[in-house]
Amino acid sequence: MWARAACLGLRASAASRRRSFTSAGADPQGSGRVTAELIEHLERLALVDFGSQEAVARLEKAIAFADRLRAVDTDGVEPMESVLEDRCLYLRSDNVVEGNCVEELLQNSHRVVEEYFVAPPGNISWSKPDEKGPSHTAE
Amino acid sequence: MLGWTLREVSAALKQGQITPTELCQKCLSLIKKTKFLNAYITVSEEVALKQAEESEKRYKKGHSLGDLDGIPIAVKDNFSTSGIETTCASNMLKGYVPPYNATVVQKLLDQGALLMGKTNLDEFAMGSGSTDGIFGPVKNPWSFSEQYRKKRKQKSHGEKEDSDWLITGGSSGGSAAAVSAFTCFAALGSDTGGSTRNPAAHCGVVGLKPSYGLVSRHGLIPLVNSMDVPGILTRCVDDAAIVLGILAGHDPKDSTTVQDPVKPFVLPSLTDVSKLCVGIPKEYLAPELSSEVRSLWSKAANLFESEGAKVIEVSLPHTSFSIVCYHVLCTSEVASNMARFDGLEYGHRCDIDLSTEAMYAATRREGFNDVVRGRILSGNFFLLKENYENYFVKAQKVRRLIANDFVNVFNSGVDVLLTPTTLSEAAPYTEFIKEDNRTRSAQDDIFTQAVNMAGLPAVNVPMALSSQGLPIGLQFIGRAFCDQQLLTVAKWFEKQVQFPIIQLQELMEDCSSVSENGKLASVSLK
Repeated sequence: MWARAACLGLRASAASRRRSFTSAGADPQGSGRVTAELIEHLERLALVDFGSQEAVARLEKAIAFADRLRAVDTDGVEPMESVLEDRCLYLRSDNVVEGNCVEELLQNSHRVVEEYFVAPPGNISWSKPDEKGPSHTAE
Repeated sequence: MLGWTLREVSAALKQGQITPTELCQKCLSLIKKTKFLNAYITVSEEVALKQAEESEKRYKKGHSLGDLDGIPIAVKDNFSTSGIETTCASNMLKGYVPPYNATVVQKLLDQGALLMGKTNLDEFAMGSGSTDGIFGPVKNPWSFSEQYRKKRKQKSHGEKEDSDWLITGGSSGGSAAAVSAFTCFAALGSDTGGSTRNPAAHCGVVGLKPSYGLVSRHGLIPLVNSMDVPGILTRCVDDAAIVLGILAGHDPKDSTTVQDPVKPFVLPSLTDVSKLCVGIPKEYLAPELSSEVRSLWSKAANLFESEGAKVIEVSLPHTSFSIVCYHVLCTSEVASNMARFDGLEYGHRCDIDLSTEAMYAATRREGFNDVVRGRILSGNFFLLKENYENYFVKAQKVRRLIANDFVNVFNSGVDVLLTPTTLSEAAPYTEFIKEDNRTRSAQDDIFTQAVNMAGLPAVNVPMALSSQGLPIGLQFIGRAFCDQQLLTVAKWFEKQVQFPIIQLQELMEDCSSVSENGKLASVSLK
C-alpha cells in the first residue's frame, strides 16, 4: 500500500517540478538594492569588509534568497527564539566558584601590559579609505 | 581490532588481550598512514600516549572507568581543548590554545578516553564539504576503498586515481573521515544544520545529532546558539548510544541544557517493530534527489512495512521554506557570534594600531575567509533596523511554523520519521567546488537543517553502497528528548541492512584484520 502511494508520489513530484525544493541555481539576480551606502554601512557595523564585487553579488543573492520568506503567511504567529521556550532557564546561585585564572587568560593575548589587554585608542571612528592602503584585498 | 565496536574493544582491554598503549600506537600509526586524508589538524600524540599509560595502570588494578577507558577518540577542532591548539580551521584562531576543556571533552577524558587529535573542518563549521578550512580539504576515505576503486576501473581506464578524490561532506568531515578510516572509535562533531549527519552519510558512518538541550555546548565555539549541538560519529549505533550516555545531562555551565535527569542506557535489541509507526514526509521527495537515494529510501520504507511496522506518508507543509529560514537565522546568529573575534583577548591580531576599530577591522579581514565574512555581512544586513522585522523576526515566525509541523506529525502517532540524509553520494572535489559555499550549503542541508530548527534528535544510519561503491545513508528523526527510542529504531535498521565495511586493505596491512565476516553487525556483549 505504501509502495503504490510512493510510486504515485514520485510521478506527481516529477510533474510539479515548478515548486522546486531549492532553486539555488535559479536565484534571481539582485535587484541592485545593495547600494554603496549600504555597503559602507554594513562594513562599518560588521567591521568586516566585502573585499570584492563578487562578495557584493553574493550578498545580493543571499537577500534575494531570503526574500522568499515573504510568501509564508505568518499572521498571528509568535516568533520562536528557542526550542526550549516552554522550560525555565537554569540559574545558578550567585556565588563565585571559579576564577583566579588571570595568567592563563592573559597568555592568549598578543599585547598585554601587566594585567591589562592593550587596545589602540578607541575614540577614533573608523573610516575605510584611510585604512585601506596597500593591504586592500583583491580577488 | 581497529574495526571492532566499543564494547568489543573495551572487553578486550579488560581481558588484557591488548593494552591501551598498544591500541593507542596502532591508531597513531594508522593516523600517520592516512595523513593524506587530511582528517586531522593536530595529532596529540604525547597527550594520547600519556593518557594510555594512565589507562593501563587502571586496567592493571582492575579499576577501569567504564566502556570508554583507553579508547582512542577524536574531537572536531571547534571544541576547546585545554593545552591543545584549537583553530576552527581559521586564521583567526591559529595558535590559540584554550585554557579549558569543553564540557563534552572533559566528560570523555573523565571516562579515560584517549584524545588522538583535533579533526579538520570547514572554517568555523560553515560549509557542507569540509573543503573551506585553512588547512585544506578533507578527503573521503571511500575514495581509496576497494569498493570504489573497483567500480572506477570498470568505468574509466588509465585515469589517475588520486586526482578525482571525493569530499567527505561537512562540516565535521575530519571527524567522519577519522572514524571511517579506523583511526579512532568515536569522534565528536558539531551539528548546526546537518554538519554531523551529512559527512556521516558520505563517509558511511553513524552520525547522531542529539536533542537540543541534552548535551552541553560549553566549550563548543558557537555558530548558532539556538541550533548548535555537539554531534557523535561512530561506526555503529550501539557505540553512539554509549557515547551519548556519557555526554548527555545538565551542565551548570550551559544554561541551555535541560535539567531532566539522564542515565547511561543500553539499547534494547528490538525484534518486533509491529508497534512502530514510521512517517515518510512527502515534501522531502525533492526533484534534486538522486534516483539511487530515492530508491534506497523507498526500499527502507518497504522494509519497515514488511516487518510489520505501520508506514505512513506525512506532511511537513513548510518544508520548502525551511532552508531559507535557516539561512536568515543562521547568518544573523553568526553575525552576532563572530563579533567576539576582535584580536584583543585571544586569537589573531593584526599590526595596525591606529584605532580600535581599525585594528578590529583589519584583524577580522585577515582572520576570516570569504565564507565567514559573507555570512557576517548577510547576517548584519538582516539585523539592520529597517530589516529586522521583515527578515529576522519573520524567520523566527517561520521557524515556529516549521517546529510545529514536526510537533503535529509526532502528535498524530508517528514515532520516527524516515528521510534521506543527502541528495546523493559524495561528490568529487572538482565537481563540488564549481559552486560557492552558500549555494552548496543550501543544496546539501535540505534534509538536515529543519531538524536543527526544531531541536529534534536525528541520526544518519549508513544503508548501502551506490552503484559507484559509495555509501548512502538515511536519516531517522525522533521526538524531542526521545533519543533512546530513536537509536533503538536506528539499531534495528542497521542490523537489517548490514552495511558493508570499508575495504582499506592496503592501509590495514600490519594491523590485525578488521572483522571475520566482512560485515558490521551490532554485537551485544554481556
